[in-house]
Amino acid sequence: MSNSLKFDLTVDKAAQKVYISREFAAPLPLVWDAYTRQDILDKWWAPKPFSSMTKVMDFEVGGRRFYAMVSPEGMERWAVQRFTSITPKTNIKYANNFADKDENLEIPGSDWDITFSEESDITTVRTTIYNESLERLEKMIEMGFREGYGMIMNNLEELLGEQV
Amino acid sequence: MKQDIFQAIADPTRRAILTLIAMQALTPGAMAERFDMSRQAVSKHIKVLQECDLIRPKPMGREIYYHYNPEKMQEMDHWLAELRKLWEARYNQLDDVLLTMKNEEK
Repeated sequence: MSNSLKFDLTVDKAAQKVYISREFAAPLPLVWDAYTRQDILDKWWAPKPFSSMTKVMDFEVGGRRFYAMVSPEGMERWAVQRFTSITPKTNIKYANNFADKDENLEIPGSDWDITFSEESDITTVRTTIYNESLERLEKMIEMGFREGYGMIMNNLEELLGEQV
Repeated sequence: MKQDIFQAIADPTRRAILTLIAMQALTPGAMAERFDMSRQAVSKHIKVLQECDLIRPKPMGREIYYHYNPEKMQEMDHWLAELRKLWEARYNQLDDVLLTMKNEEK
């Protein structure tokens, strides 16, 4: 894709918020679908080599998305997004909690606020994540990334080890 | 209970203390003087900063000097870089998905 699509990520330490803004070269309805339809969400939400597996998607206020990030070894990390506000093609708010496979929520969680806007065929998605603690934020990374990265590094070490 | 680094640096007085200590190690007495605070108030701030390892005590003679620990801040930077990578990877995948969706619509 074009490199001119803007990406911005900032952490407001005092407010304990993460702001993420990203432009997409697609009309807003497509981006909205990618965020709200289970089959499409599962195609991109988990950074490779993880995969996203949505078990329940009930996209309405009071509804929830119950999903797992699955590692290549098949390890599942579950999370629940409970939708607290939906303004079609404009905004989604949800409370996010990590959970076990039986949907028992871990406290504390984080509050997500996602806003969609479109200008001259470019759709901008602005996300605000409020976390109660740094530990919670760190866990957010572990969930999707750290293990995957660690795995890659381990594989590399194994490869290098074999050559010694 | 481990102190939360976010909460530790959310306080403007603690940020000011950190800024000052980053330039020069200080005793609690010197801090109290600089910020026109009671020793008791300074002790509380020191406790919070020390518990999350942002500052470290070093006895010199009969005084204790507090030093800034830059590694802790680097840890934060490292963590931030990982967060960026996660979102970049996620959104690059979304770019591909959107491209496929656009082509399917045609």
